[in-house]
Amino acid sequence: MLKNFTHGTIERNVILLAVLSLITVSIGGLAQIVPLFTVESTIERVQGVRPYTPLELMGRNIYVREGCYVCHSQMVRPFRDEAERYGHYSLAAESMYDHPFQWGSKRTGPDLARVGGRYSDDWHAAHLRDPRALVPGSVMPPYAFLDRPLDYRNIEQHLRALRALGVPYTDEMVANARADLEAQARPDRDAAGFQSRYARARQAAFDGNPAVVTEMDALVAYLQMLGTLVDFRDVTPAQLRQQ
Amino acid sequence: MATAAAAAHGGAADRPMPDYVEGPIRAFAVITLFWGIVGFLVGVVIAAQLAWPLLNLDLEWTTFGRLRPLHTSAVIFAFGGNALLGTSLYIVQRTCRARLFGGEEMGWFLFWGYQFFIVSAALGYVLGVTQGKEYAEPEWFVDLFLTVLWVIYLVAYVGTIMKREEPHIYVANWFFLAFIITVAMLHIGNNISLPVSIGSTWSYAAPPGVQGAMIQWWYGHNAVGFFLTAGFLGMMYYFIPKQAERPVYSYRLSIVHFWSLIFLYIWAGPHHLHYTALPDWAQTLGMVFSVMLWMPSWGGMINGIMTLSGAWDKLRTNPGLRFSVTAVAFYGMSTFEGPVMSIRAVNGLSHYTDWTIGHVHSGALGWNGLVTFGALYWLIPTLWGRRGMWSTKLMSWHFWLATIGIVLYITAMWVSGIMQGLMWRAYDELGFLQYSFIETVAAMHPYYVIRMLGGVLYLAGACLMAWNVWKTITESEAEEPVRAAAPAGARAVPAE
Repeated sequence: MLKNFTHGTIERNVILLAVLSLITVSIGGLAQIVPLFTVESTIERVQGVRPYTPLELMGRNIYVREGCYVCHSQMVRPFRDEAERYGHYSLAAESMYDHPFQWGSKRTGPDLARVGGRYSDDWHAAHLRDPRALVPGSVMPPYAFLDRPLDYRNIEQHLRALRALGVPYTDEMVANARADLEAQARPDRDAAGFQSRYARARQAAFDGNPAVVTEMDALVAYLQMLGTLVDFRDVTPAQLRQQ
Repeated sequence: MATAAAAAHGGAADRPMPDYVEGPIRAFAVITLFWGIVGFLVGVVIAAQLAWPLLNLDLEWTTFGRLRPLHTSAVIFAFGGNALLGTSLYIVQRTCRARLFGGEEMGWFLFWGYQFFIVSAALGYVLGVTQGKEYAEPEWFVDLFLTVLWVIYLVAYVGTIMKREEPHIYVANWFFLAFIITVAMLHIGNNISLPVSIGSTWSYAAPPGVQGAMIQWWYGHNAVGFFLTAGFLGMMYYFIPKQAERPVYSYRLSIVHFWSLIFLYIWAGPHHLHYTALPDWAQTLGMVFSVMLWMPSWGGMINGIMTLSGAWDKLRTNPGLRFSVTAVAFYGMSTFEGPVMSIRAVNGLSHYTDWTIGHVHSGALGWNGLVTFGALYWLIPTLWGRRGMWSTKLMSWHFWLATIGIVLYITAMWVSGIMQGLMWRAYDELGFLQYSFIETVAAMHPYYVIRMLGGVLYLAGACLMAWNVWKTITESEAEEPVRAAAPAGARAVPAE
């Protein structure tokens, strides 16, 4: 049968052409994607990465909504200049709870993977409201409209959806999502429970106004935790090795 | 071997032509131009925003972050997508000598369904409803709608091929078929996500971090490979032989081109993730296959350009053909530049800079844009039964405006991209980083202005085209009622 097989056979049979095309285009993707789910060393074995707090998560969603990723990367490469400018190169482990990933592909503005803790909360809020007031020459759009109340009515559902996708939110975290969100943005609230659930999470009036939880609070809370979860003083080379 | 469409063509002229579906294809042709102008205009606006940030207007709906997806989707999915749907439905009927499966109703359903997809995606971007993945921004409910529509498109396409009267399936249809199938696979694969609730516009992508990144660029690079390449090669394989009135240069090369291109392209995605947290083995695979991809890409370019053998003089007299051929030349250039940029050492410099933006635009403006204009300049007189376009002079003006616009655009981005990459890694004599980030931003300003001017020229050319098309449809002289039989090239000329 194969002896009589020419390309003409495929050209005369659209189902054969379609099936062979589908097989041809499937191979590369399978070879590259499947091992990333099965090879354990894809994710480095470092300590400290935790799920986002409810406020940080809402801030991240604002980051996604506003398309920040079209101008800012969150992926420091292992180059000398990037280490000096931004810090330790980014690990796969640091975005293991990111749905979707926000590594970005363009740096019209600087990388943000390790921006957490570099500037004050006030600086971030003022910069987001009017970038050129703080950084003359910046081409970033102003985001003053973020000073409006944050809509977090269905915050529990957000955590549940992420849990269904594999983010280790506990029942306790889901049950306390709303209280945790408010506690993080309002320094007057008791935050003991919140801090026991989310290690190294910081409580502050991120936008300067503790009375209302705003979108600005959420976004600044998110920016301020970026790249801060892994303490690189404790990390050994063996932990960083990927296959 | 050489008989592919040759046999197909023999005697075909004697039989009556089927009653081809043309109404929806006319609509696709016009809407392609409309969305093209919208997409180019938004491109000019966001280019201007980068030069003068006041143009973000202090409104949440008009920031660069929200308009940039509008621009990319408008040109890729609205301009490119409508061009692909329209031309593929035209070509599949002619090359199969068969009426569209599902008839007029199918054509109109696909037309309105696709416009609905575009408008709902675009509204979402402006309102902040997005998945946050480049070129895959539409949210879950829009994705579901597109999936259904796309399957119907596949059924219409395969259905038409199945009832063909030609024994062989013409090469353009191989490429369109691979485009439809692969885009379905990529679209479904990259958009698996979980809505927060059934009434919520928000969803979370299923794969996390590094796996999500790999899947995204498997999708993203093959949106280039199959949407913007395979589909458009289908156009090339029909319209260049038609315009040049010559058979495709090499049938054997078409076969090699087709299978090697679709096999290799899929592997190239990880070159978007060099030096990231993606494991090295995947990066290396992406680089190696990207470099190999150079060969089938140039095989296709040679097949397209050499189709003009013996008909080069037509370039002087037929501006429509000039668009198509220049498009293939730009295709050759960007498919050489792409493999170069996929080499890790080069990518270390080019990644995250405007060099990538310039590369994309030499492909999008040069290849996709010009090949679409070339196809439309042939299709519009044909579909409306005119002798030709209303003004050949305006076509020439369009050609030069577009070409100069592209050259300004890509050279500005080469300079700004390479300069920015070098500034980021520059050290002073004491071993400190020489430039703060904001200094590199300020250095970009003149190039951003030049880039915008390039865009304005390209947009102006498209506006001339719109005027010319309008005049052709409303005022141009009608052709003789019975069209002269298309000059039959010896072989592998698309049947009509």
